[in-house]
Amino acid sequence: MAELVYDETGRLLFTKEMKEEYTILCPTMIEIHFRLVLEVMKSFGYKVELLSTSSPNIAQEGLKYVHNDTCYPALLVIGQFIDALNSGKYDVNKVALIITQTGGGCRASNYIHLLRKALIRAGYPQVPVISMNLNGMEKNPGFSASIPFLRKMISVLYYGDVLMQLKNNIEPYEDNKGDAEKMVEKWIGLLSKQLRKGEGLSKSQFGNNAKKIVKDFASIPIHRVPKVKVGIVGEIYVKYAPIANNDLENFLKSQGCEVYVPGIVNFVLFKIDNRLDDIKLYGGNTVKYQINKILLDYLLSLQTVMIKAFKECPEVLAPADYYHVKKLAKGVIGYGNKMGEGWLLTAEILELVEAGYENIVCAQPFGCLPNHICGKGMIRKINEVDSRANIVPIDYDPSATRVNQENRIKLMLSIAKEKLDERAKAQ
Amino acid sequence: MMKIGLDVGSTTIKCVVLDENEQICFKSYERHYSQITEKLAALLTKIKNEVVKDQPVQLAISGSAGMGIAQECNFQFVQEVYATRTATKKLIPDADVIIELGGEDAKILFVSGSMEVRMNGSCAGGTGAFIDQMSTLLHLTPEELNNIAKKHEKIYTIASRCGVFAKSDIQPLLNQGARKSDIAASIFAAVANQTIAGLAQGREIKGNVVYLGGPLTFLSELRKSFDTALNVTGIFPENSLYFVALGTAYGCNEEIDLDKAIDSVKNYTQSGEFLSIPPLFQSQEEYEEFEQRHNKDVAKRGDISTYQGEAYLGIDAGSTTIKAVVIGSDNEILDELYQSNSGDPIPIIKEHLIHLYEEYPNIQIKCSAVTGYGEELLKNAFGLDYGIVETIAHYTAAKTFLPDVDFIIDIGGQDMKCFKIRNHTIDNIFLNEACSSGCGSFLQTFANTLGYEIQDFAKLGLFAKRPVDLGSRCTVFMNSSVKQAQKDGATTEDISAGLSVSVVKNAIYKVIRAASPEELGKHIVVQGGTFLNDAVLRVFEQEMGVNVIRPDIAGLMGAYGAAVYAKEHNQPKGKMLSLQQLKDFSHQVKLVTCGLCNNHCKLTVNMFDGNRKFIGGNRCDKPIKQKEVIDAPNMYAFKMKALLSYQPVPGPRGKIGLPMGMNIYEMLPFWHAFFTSLGFEVVTSPLSNREMYIKGQHTIPSDTVCFPAKLMHGHVCTLIDEGVKTIFYPCLTYNFDEGLSDNHYNCPVVAYYPEVISANVSELEGLNFINDYLGVHRKKDFPEKMHGVLAKYFDGISLKEVKTAAEKGYAEYEHYLDTIRKEGDAMIQQAEANQMPIIVLCGRPYHLDPEINHGIDKLITSLGACIVTEDVISNKVEKLNTTVLNQWTYHARLYAAAEYISDKPQFNLVQLVSFGCGIDAITTDEVRSILEKSGKIYTQIKIDEITNLGAVKIRLRSLFAALEQ
Repeated sequence: MAELVYDETGRLLFTKEMKEEYTILCPTMIEIHFRLVLEVMKSFGYKVELLSTSSPNIAQEGLKYVHNDTCYPALLVIGQFIDALNSGKYDVNKVALIITQTGGGCRASNYIHLLRKALIRAGYPQVPVISMNLNGMEKNPGFSASIPFLRKMISVLYYGDVLMQLKNNIEPYEDNKGDAEKMVEKWIGLLSKQLRKGEGLSKSQFGNNAKKIVKDFASIPIHRVPKVKVGIVGEIYVKYAPIANNDLENFLKSQGCEVYVPGIVNFVLFKIDNRLDDIKLYGGNTVKYQINKILLDYLLSLQTVMIKAFKECPEVLAPADYYHVKKLAKGVIGYGNKMGEGWLLTAEILELVEAGYENIVCAQPFGCLPNHICGKGMIRKINEVDSRANIVPIDYDPSATRVNQENRIKLMLSIAKEKLDERAKAQ
Repeated sequence: MMKIGLDVGSTTIKCVVLDENEQICFKSYERHYSQITEKLAALLTKIKNEVVKDQPVQLAISGSAGMGIAQECNFQFVQEVYATRTATKKLIPDADVIIELGGEDAKILFVSGSMEVRMNGSCAGGTGAFIDQMSTLLHLTPEELNNIAKKHEKIYTIASRCGVFAKSDIQPLLNQGARKSDIAASIFAAVANQTIAGLAQGREIKGNVVYLGGPLTFLSELRKSFDTALNVTGIFPENSLYFVALGTAYGCNEEIDLDKAIDSVKNYTQSGEFLSIPPLFQSQEEYEEFEQRHNKDVAKRGDISTYQGEAYLGIDAGSTTIKAVVIGSDNEILDELYQSNSGDPIPIIKEHLIHLYEEYPNIQIKCSAVTGYGEELLKNAFGLDYGIVETIAHYTAAKTFLPDVDFIIDIGGQDMKCFKIRNHTIDNIFLNEACSSGCGSFLQTFANTLGYEIQDFAKLGLFAKRPVDLGSRCTVFMNSSVKQAQKDGATTEDISAGLSVSVVKNAIYKVIRAASPEELGKHIVVQGGTFLNDAVLRVFEQEMGVNVIRPDIAGLMGAYGAAVYAKEHNQPKGKMLSLQQLKDFSHQVKLVTCGLCNNHCKLTVNMFDGNRKFIGGNRCDKPIKQKEVIDAPNMYAFKMKALLSYQPVPGPRGKIGLPMGMNIYEMLPFWHAFFTSLGFEVVTSPLSNREMYIKGQHTIPSDTVCFPAKLMHGHVCTLIDEGVKTIFYPCLTYNFDEGLSDNHYNCPVVAYYPEVISANVSELEGLNFINDYLGVHRKKDFPEKMHGVLAKYFDGISLKEVKTAAEKGYAEYEHYLDTIRKEGDAMIQQAEANQMPIIVLCGRPYHLDPEINHGIDKLITSLGACIVTEDVISNKVEKLNTTVLNQWTYHARLYAAAEYISDKPQFNLVQLVSFGCGIDAITTDEVRSILEKSGKIYTQIKIDEITNLGAVKIRLRSLFAALEQ
């Protein structure tokens, strides 16, 4: 059995032996993407499993082991891990946990530490935690965040965005209920096979696959009718994870809406671009600037390929171009605003309004620090820039009730419906 | 066709029926006491029989509780705010703004111009339910509350964000003898302010303002408060209760079969799906075993009518109840009193003492002690011998039951105290923060809402089959959780048990933050009135997996402890009032505002017997001694003086205004030197005060952000009012790297709040608001980058000038830090020489603002301790290994300060934490663990817009009492 090894600060390391013996548990945030990410990890020899649990006990465990004033995503992610360890499903001496760490000024960078504290209090000090980050924080002998590994981990997110975008766009209008969902499953299957072999992530392979995917989805028989179009923005975890947002997407769909959730690629681009903006604003190392510029340019070129693939089906809205989104924020909020979702959140709202998804749910954890600024703080200004915006900010936390949240969303939908009817009348 | 509009809210059902001409032919308004389907079916049947008869009819439903019914019964649903708008458009076409308060919600609709709707989020309490709670607290009906408010003379500031907060503001006022009429008016003013602050969000409320909804319909004084706050005369329309129902009726477009509709309401099966936990007791036997075990823990009793000799009196003047105990020489209880204080404990104690003297001349009360919220008031009123802090009283009492007690938890009416005992001294104190008081009064309020007495209500829960899991958050959240559970079919029994569970979970996980019983201790005594509730006791034992001792006098332990304390210390001061003095006793209260310093304490001047004066509500001794008192060394005061010395120097480039708060505070020396060097006259906004806060509150977009951030709106508005045309408030992602941390960020709010100001303070239009992103942490790059920024706003500032200015800025900043550190060292020396305890009062630089810290520094120095701040000692240690990512400059100082004092016995640390500060959820645990590693006591004080200084005092006095032991 793998020996427990600690670094000089007392951090339990994930060793090479552990890579062989251990199963790495990963929390779910955005299902399509994470399923594909796991395949990439598997191709690098890791045993990984996605936690797809959603029991109410997750929040309870979170409340028990995490400071209750900590943000909801931390509570849920940590609660989900503890709940899994307690479930008896895993050998708690042969399991490791993985969690992302952005290293920004938001308290989210501290989730990993809160997780470790929680593990000790819950009686699992032997469980190592791996930090997944792009900054070279917390190295582990058994987990190499090499350039090829990171490149693939990021590239695979593009597939996720393609599938999510298509599903959201086609599903509300499909003739045969379930077609889009089936198509997603089909492609996750096909891609998984490629990914496990280490294939599918070069620019050209991605381009080819993306085109095929778009074409495939375009073949689904649909019938477009006027629907209320709703965009979801917000804190990244709450925005995507159904356990955090009371299954917001499905609720909106049940109310007869078409839902648009901006993809994750722009968030990654934003995080890398932040480094360039930091140097532009405050000065700094030009070598560091160049390296990040090369990385950003590569990822942008991949985005261009992705957007181009959508030409195969012009009826479907393509994911938004990063620089276009960035331009929308100009004059509204500064590019130096980088903690959490930063200026991107504001820009995404503007992008959604521009694309016709003017009805917006801005979802955030209760008391989310960055969202006081770039979410709720910007609504007034956004309305000045584009008065079509119909935004409802919703706070999520363990005790906020669904009734209250849904009632507020319904108000936003009533206004949306009124506008839709007016427009129909005008035509 | 006739149209039925239903509005099913959280507490009431409102209904209108419109005839063919859209005229109201029927309307009704009733409370539903959560029996929604029964009431609704009855109402519809009545409408069918008496109004609609056999005509065709349309129906739609609205309201928070209407949503679920609409879904289940397949009725047309109209969102309530939308319905209000529809009705207003029709009935009051020239309305500009609608303010609607309901049972649990508050809404503002802007109808003219661009339409906007605001509803309160999950944390906003200034609503009907809040007013109900407050009336209950004052033992009045809402109508009576309204009537007495008419006679008010003054307004106190009361937080109305949630009932719990407000209670902790009101209770001390009551205890200090403030007039009920003033409190009533203050409650209404608080609701108005809360609604405006929470919902206006940067948009001005003006023009034709319409008041709707129950509270605004029934309470004329509440309407007046809104008129005053908004400086308008609002419109109070006919049918103001029925606007939602009307709008719903107007919006009807689905014809229904009324018989079928009634049937479907009757058959509206509740989902039965709610989160539940196992029953508290599996069987009657289990309960009996439990009962027997606890029945053994009884206090010794004596017979007061036969007792001869010296006796000792203990009084516990709690927040909602008053308790008194008389004991004999063997600690046996001779007499006891436990009752609600009805908002004024003085007459109760007076009557009780007269009763004791008259009925039992055989006993002589030798010595007395008092504890609790009303301690000082009662001590002064009746000449009692000792006033002791509650923690000491409870420990004294607990020891008589379990000499080696190592953990005590006391859940009282509205406060919760837990403390660990180590080496026979109080070691670690946990008090509930003002936001999480899931205590006795919480259970009581719910019992009353559901129509039960608390004792009966609690018993219901013992054998509940499926106790509801309600989570462990504050009362406001709990209200809606309970409603949801009811909707899902939970029984009153299930809810009763669930509420007991949530009280316990709140205590264990939120207040104590324990994950396992080992963390608490082996010998646990539970007390306080709430533990007399068997359900609460059972849940506590189950949750922690230990058996605990609950004395039969669990509700009297504070008073009993005080009596035992009086007996043990037994040095009477001979001032206790005699029977005759009691009979002649008189009490008058006058309210004044102290003007001796910037805190402007609202003082209650109590006059006893026309000649003995007692002043309450003060933070320091100035108003009592009527002169400048010499306090212990106070770094807060020194820093304030140092910052105030940066006065404007007129310059050729004109005025530049700096709002004094957040990231400007500590950077003032830097920016002052920098801009003065460039030829600007640097003016700062004045010291914060309440009026300033209110001036800016209508521009606050997020009501859950911390108070220091909210205050910035007032600062900026004040600068604008003063005619300053250029305001400088930069975004600072990074702070200086002090070598103490892995990174040197500012917190997101400190870093980026200028963006919020820029986006929401419309008065900034046409002014120069400089909120660029600056990098002061990069000393070399700063001048060039700053030069570029300044060029956007001003002509002719050369790079050379900026370079010189920057050098001066950095030098002044260093000089400032140097000055305070030197002074800090001197203070520490002075304190050490005089053997004075030293408190490191730490937090953020902007906590220096007296409006933010509420004068807590003065409270500490008045208790005889020296105050230093974290930054005067944080430079004395190397960067340390923390178990969290140490990434914020200001917060790294906290860890360093905690580390520095860990081996210095004279030092202790008190951390100020702003309510809503997300970062401090991380730092507090870390600072605590650094301190506890070396056996130090960690003390945290949560501060907000309003802070309950009573609780702060208990904390601090307990800390000092623990240090003395």
